Amino acid sequence: MQEIKREVLVNKAKELLSDGTVDRVLGWKRGEFDYDVTPGVFRSAEELDSGFVWGDFCGANFSKYLVKETAKGEGRVLVFLKPCDTYSFNQLLTEHRFDREKVYALGVPCNGMLDISRIKESAEGIVSVCEEDGKVTADTLYDGKKTFDRDALLPDRCSNCKSKKHVAYDELLGSDGEVLDSGRFDEVEKLEKMTADERFAFWQGELSRCIRCNACRDVCPACTCEKCVFDNPDSGVENKAAADSFEEKMFHIIRAFHVAGRCTDCGECSRVCPQHIPLHLLNRKFIKDIDEFYGEYQAGAEVGSRAPVVNYTTDDIEPSQAVERGEQNA
Amino acid sequence: MRKISLDRLDALFAAISKAYTLYIPTDTKAGAKFEKWHGEERLSDALNTVRSPKDFFFPQTENLMDFKVEGKNIEVIDTRSECGDFAVFGVRACDVKSFDILDRVFLSDPVDSYYKNRREHGVIISLACTKPAETCFCHTFGIDAASPEGDVVCHKTEDALYMEARSEKGEKLMSAVSDITEDADSAAVDAQKKLIEDRLAKLPLAELSADAFGDGKTSEFFNAPEWSELSEACLGCGTCTFVCPTCQCYDIKDFNTGHGVKRFRCWDSCMYSDFTKMSAGQPRLTQLERFRQRFMHKLVYYPTNNDGLFSCVGCGRCVAKCPIHMNIVKVMKKLGGSKNG
Repeated sequence: MQEIKREVLVNKAKELLSDGTVDRVLGWKRGEFDYDVTPGVFRSAEELDSGFVWGDFCGANFSKYLVKETAKGEGRVLVFLKPCDTYSFNQLLTEHRFDREKVYALGVPCNGMLDISRIKESAEGIVSVCEEDGKVTADTLYDGKKTFDRDALLPDRCSNCKSKKHVAYDELLGSDGEVLDSGRFDEVEKLEKMTADERFAFWQGELSRCIRCNACRDVCPACTCEKCVFDNPDSGVENKAAADSFEEKMFHIIRAFHVAGRCTDCGECSRVCPQHIPLHLLNRKFIKDIDEFYGEYQAGAEVGSRAPVVNYTTDDIEPSQAVERGEQNA
Repeated sequence: MRKISLDRLDALFAAISKAYTLYIPTDTKAGAKFEKWHGEERLSDALNTVRSPKDFFFPQTENLMDFKVEGKNIEVIDTRSECGDFAVFGVRACDVKSFDILDRVFLSDPVDSYYKNRREHGVIISLACTKPAETCFCHTFGIDAASPEGDVVCHKTEDALYMEARSEKGEKLMSAVSDITEDADSAAVDAQKKLIEDRLAKLPLAELSADAFGDGKTSEFFNAPEWSELSEACLGCGTCTFVCPTCQCYDIKDFNTGHGVKRFRCWDSCMYSDFTKMSAGQPRLTQLERFRQRFMHKLVYYPTNNDGLFSCVGCGRCVAKCPIHMNIVKVMKKLGGSKNG
């Protein structure tokens, strides 16, 4: 359950619409079930009353939507940002991807968002989901009601939440949290302890399921190129299909390199993957390496910071040290 | 009609495997998936597979031909070979219907020989849905989950699997398992159908209707203002098209091997910015146009060209998988007006 109630968000949005602070609201729209909410734009109090949703399935990170939404007109758009979304928001500002003046950002505390696929692992035919006292109950078509511990239904990005602190907002609803000492690199450490062959087999198993739908890239706030090289028939590397079993890895590894130092670890890539590939682990490996090589760095923690991989200092690690370390891990 | 006890499924699969390469839906880390049966694989209890079985006839990628280049000579090498006989067990009513829809595309003149080769050698063993999912709406398109089509049609009860051949291919397969199956009357299957029909009537999407759409409705829906809102959050990824059992668009590309060319085709998605790119560019410049194309194709264009047959089978995969949860159900409800309450 989320700390702030839906009504608080709706009332705030109505207030900002009516006093002219904003002319539209980026929010979550009601679906057919409790878990299938869709990002969308609201322009009136009536639309907010009938369709606005806030709850445990509002995981979508709106930061990237601002790139297109702010380009549509002169008016300001209201956006709700969860703590992890604010890092993407700052990172996009650092990269000059949208006009800050055209946005009114409301920070919303987040208690972690549920992953419906975790429920679907042990309950089928889910007609509704509700929560009380840390227990989530799913009403199913054939097995009656099934109850789960809320914590067991959190995706990795939430069970290992890196921060409850909002690093950007115009106004904050509720109270702010702290940057957390999470276990988000635990899984990466497990992978590092594998032999090279074991690690190769792990990624082979995961990435061989890839269907190249590009959802990971299309949702990624660090992927905002006007024309992706993989969509450009003239680039020579466009591949709608993998010519061999290595190509899926190539796509994902190249993408991880491309967002290295800019990925805020928001976890949207893994959330949207229809094949449940833990793509965020690739990004976390890069983040962990950057932390170890150059000192701790969190992309999006502030606007305008220079990522270590695009910066030079005399303390930087020497290429030979990196090579040596790579050989040790081989 | 024949039957076999559920605890003898392995014997059934083994018998089929003697004459056919057999695929069954089995549970994996990422949900149910059709896998080749080697002996250890267990039949999944999942409502349906994550990906559709269209891959068996229209794989995500396939090599069409090779070109060998020597000096000024180009040799064209035909890479086709006769496909072996295979059987796909446990195909749901919606997915069986999807093959009809694909057939009309690939088996119409000019016939797609790659598709035809697999289609002729594939035997569909369908399985009625005991537990349709909350995302299911096959009945919207006139499909009966209790009575699927197929070469062999199966119903699974608490203790037995009932099988009935419906085609020549099906008869041939059933003759290969006649030793281990026994004659049965239709009483248990009739009871099972009744149970499924009761369940279908209670599904959340039971009332969804396609009556507003179909043959000749292009001008009614093409310029509908609702497309703007419906498509506003679309990421432009290909998830819906790739999990869809009826999406049939593909691209043909050349892979330069250095001393020749491999010409292959791969699934393409009308949601992609480089889809059907021509010398003048991509004909649909905005995501609204691309989004509209996909749903107009399913609900209007295809039925217009195919005797009113819709090219959606209501399997619900896009409902379950779209990253932003926009799907054909929401489109039909929004555009279908009062007919969808």
